[in-house]
Amino acid sequence: MTAPLHDTSAAETAAVDVAADAPAKEISGRSPAQIAWVRLKRDKIALAGGCVVLFLVLVAIFAPLIVDWFGHPPNEFHDDEGTVDSLLGGQPVGDWGGMSKDFLFGVEPVNGRDTFSRVVYGTRISLIVAFLAAIFAVLLGTIFGVIAGYFGGIVDTVISRTMDLLLAFPQLLFILSLVSVVPAEMWGLSGSGVRIGVLIVVIGFFGWPYVGRIVRGQTLSLREREYVEAAQSLGAGRRYILFKELLPNLVAPITVYMTLMIPTNILTEAALSFLGAGVTPPTASWGQMLSTAVRTYEIAPMFMIFPGLAIFVTVLAFNLFGDGVRDALDPKGSR
Amino acid sequence: MTTHRTSKRRLAIGSAVAVAALLTTAGCGGGDDKEKKGSGPGYNAAVGKIANPSEKKGGTLKFIGTQDADSWDPQRGYYGFVWDYARFYTRQLITYKPAPGEGSQELVPDMATATAKISEGGKRYEYTLRDGLKWQDGKPITSKDIKYGIERIWAQDVLSGGPIYLKEVLDPKGEYKGPYKDKDPEKLGLKAIETPNDKTIVFKLPKPNGDFEQMLAMPAASPVPKDKDTGSRYGQKPFSSGPYQWVSYESNKSMVLTRNPHWKKSSDPVRKALPDKVTLTLITNSDEMDKRLIKGNYDVDLNATGVGQAGRVEALRKHKGNIDNPLTGFIRYAVFPQTVEPFNNIECRKAVIYGADKKSLQTARGGPQGGGDIATNMLPPVVKGSDPKYDPYGALENNGGPDTAKAKEALKKCGKPNGFETTIAVRNNKPVEVATAESLQASLSKIGIKANIAPYDGSQTPGIIGNPKVVKSKNYGIIIMGWGPDFPTGQGFSMPLVHSKYILNNGNNNYSMLNDPKIDAKFTEAEAELDENKAAEIYTEMNKMVSEKAVYLPFVFEKNIIWRSSRLTNVYTAHAYNGRYDYSALGVVK
Repeated sequence: MTAPLHDTSAAETAAVDVAADAPAKEISGRSPAQIAWVRLKRDKIALAGGCVVLFLVLVAIFAPLIVDWFGHPPNEFHDDEGTVDSLLGGQPVGDWGGMSKDFLFGVEPVNGRDTFSRVVYGTRISLIVAFLAAIFAVLLGTIFGVIAGYFGGIVDTVISRTMDLLLAFPQLLFILSLVSVVPAEMWGLSGSGVRIGVLIVVIGFFGWPYVGRIVRGQTLSLREREYVEAAQSLGAGRRYILFKELLPNLVAPITVYMTLMIPTNILTEAALSFLGAGVTPPTASWGQMLSTAVRTYEIAPMFMIFPGLAIFVTVLAFNLFGDGVRDALDPKGSR
Repeated sequence: MTTHRTSKRRLAIGSAVAVAALLTTAGCGGGDDKEKKGSGPGYNAAVGKIANPSEKKGGTLKFIGTQDADSWDPQRGYYGFVWDYARFYTRQLITYKPAPGEGSQELVPDMATATAKISEGGKRYEYTLRDGLKWQDGKPITSKDIKYGIERIWAQDVLSGGPIYLKEVLDPKGEYKGPYKDKDPEKLGLKAIETPNDKTIVFKLPKPNGDFEQMLAMPAASPVPKDKDTGSRYGQKPFSSGPYQWVSYESNKSMVLTRNPHWKKSSDPVRKALPDKVTLTLITNSDEMDKRLIKGNYDVDLNATGVGQAGRVEALRKHKGNIDNPLTGFIRYAVFPQTVEPFNNIECRKAVIYGADKKSLQTARGGPQGGGDIATNMLPPVVKGSDPKYDPYGALENNGGPDTAKAKEALKKCGKPNGFETTIAVRNNKPVEVATAESLQASLSKIGIKANIAPYDGSQTPGIIGNPKVVKSKNYGIIIMGWGPDFPTGQGFSMPLVHSKYILNNGNNNYSMLNDPKIDAKFTEAEAELDENKAAEIYTEMNKMVSEKAVYLPFVFEKNIIWRSSRLTNVYTAHAYNGRYDYSALGVVK
């Protein structure tokens, strides 16, 4: 594809694209969303990722039912002689970390809680925090990004510098110290609820500049487009331009960014839980399970493998799916 | 798209954490079967008796550890292992008897010819020094050096961190300002200690204290030569009065001690001083340390915090003969601040005590070997006057299980038949304590008590649970802690936990806010008692009074799994050193 013919003019390339799209339009006249959906369907890897994501969401929603059928309550102790060996420091009894019909993924060392149930319930925490934090970040990022890009001048300077400041902020350290001063009851929540709320707000708050910068850049370029100028010269108000002319064109980059933000948030949540700033015990979360497993991995490796796998699979699935969505919405994007 | 790249990088770091966590598992499982089987004299061979008794001199005794001393300065060290190790290079007037287990609780003369000549109703202690006591440069150790060393405790502004018992007892009003601010040309201005001649030292107490000699047995009472005192830097290279002198030391890395040529066995009935050289290696990874110990590269874990989870299984399965499982003197417990509702009501406290599953708590602590014996009351067996059979709340009944019927009855009496909600405060940097909190939470939920776990920053302990206002405002109804004695008597263990004068606004240890003049009076009575057996009886009564208050839920009398290398000779664990080996007695085979 490096024929000298093509790199002489960009217009030619554009013409080729138009030509390629033209016949399709003649047949059905699809909307951009439909085109994107067709492209996504063609991407088998992204679809597989999407299926796993769907599966995980279902697991999170139906966690109580699944655990009811296949496991034990997630916080129930099974520290009797038959399940963990207290003489050997709480090593699970049996091969593969005590995996059996009763305990599908084995048991947690020392207290013998059902690993399967805890991994299933951990899905809830991971997804709730990741989704809500992403939504929070996207909301803030869109609002401030559009404002900065559309109004420009001093407003843009203030918002952009604020974003720079937040991007340079040591987020992890901040959250770690924040968690130690957060009261046990806040916003009508208590215990793990408070921690989940804090995680969502903080991860979201430190995530919005990433969205904000993209939205600002897009807005900057969009507002100079002819159609916006045309609307302005026809006397369209600010609100009309913002909501009817700009925002619809921002949906694609925002969607792409949000799908790619979720796996980042899952990892941040896991890292924070690993460091003890996540949900409070006994609530199960993957990061917290990993940090418990670090102490016992040599006697019960399976207890580390399952939450580790859960994080790995989830993040991979979201990333593959996110990449697919990006390719579908923005086929010209660099890859 | 620069922003995009940034996000990928964040992702990469995150993945690296997850992957690293997964990878670490790859190194597990493969125990090295080629290692020679433990040729140790057997499981618990050094508990209560001497394993490999020997008088053979020579060789290098190799310590390994993961934690350096808070300070090697005898007046500044407070870590238990420092008190044990410091006897290589310091001597005291009196010290603990070089005998296994309980025998070590007895005090014997070290630099003194005999234990104190006590007169004036317990207010005057007189010692005479032995002949032939020498510093590492050959100069004689005089009573003035001892006085100067002890005076250094008063200089808390320069030499902070060490135990201040002697300062509190000899100069409760704080009249003396320490040797560095002393106007006396010889810097010996402390009036409570007199040195009529180089061989005699006299202590004058404003008020008798039956444990005074226990305080003199701490390394904080070691002599320091005034002309060698480098102030706050003294811990970098202490001047030796003991059998070994410092050759080199690099903090957090290594230390080498060799024989002090001027130390004579004839002047020291306590220390065996068998090895020619003592080395210490400090590393950061405790699992790695366990591996090296099991391999036989090193002899003793300096910190004696116990073989970790990973090494424990291998050690117990393949090298049981190299394992000792002594009591450490610590009690792990939960305490109920009476200022937090509903724990102002004794019946609600009893409900938690009865409702707790002690067996599960023991497992969470590490089981019968790694955790310890289920505790029955708040005086550990290493303290004179303790009685593990005294079990007022039936901790041992029902194989350590909860007594649900009694718990529900207590809840009814408390006026909360359906249970209540409370908060368990636990240090976030102590995973085992978090595990016990979860266990307690699980068993309490069965009797309707909903306990939320609040992990707090463990490094901020004195300002959080040590501050009664914070405890009340955060509603910490249950606090999980552990406690070990500074010296093995009722005063050394219980006083900071239950005496009303220890209720402090910050750095409080009397978390339950126990304020009972009758209990305080028992301490006054026991302190005035110079016969330690009679004092022990008073502490037994004190312990019963504390138990009846139901403010403590003891989990375990802590035990430790420690590694005894096959090279070690003359090994025994000592109650006086929290179940560590008596380091000064150790020797090696080659």
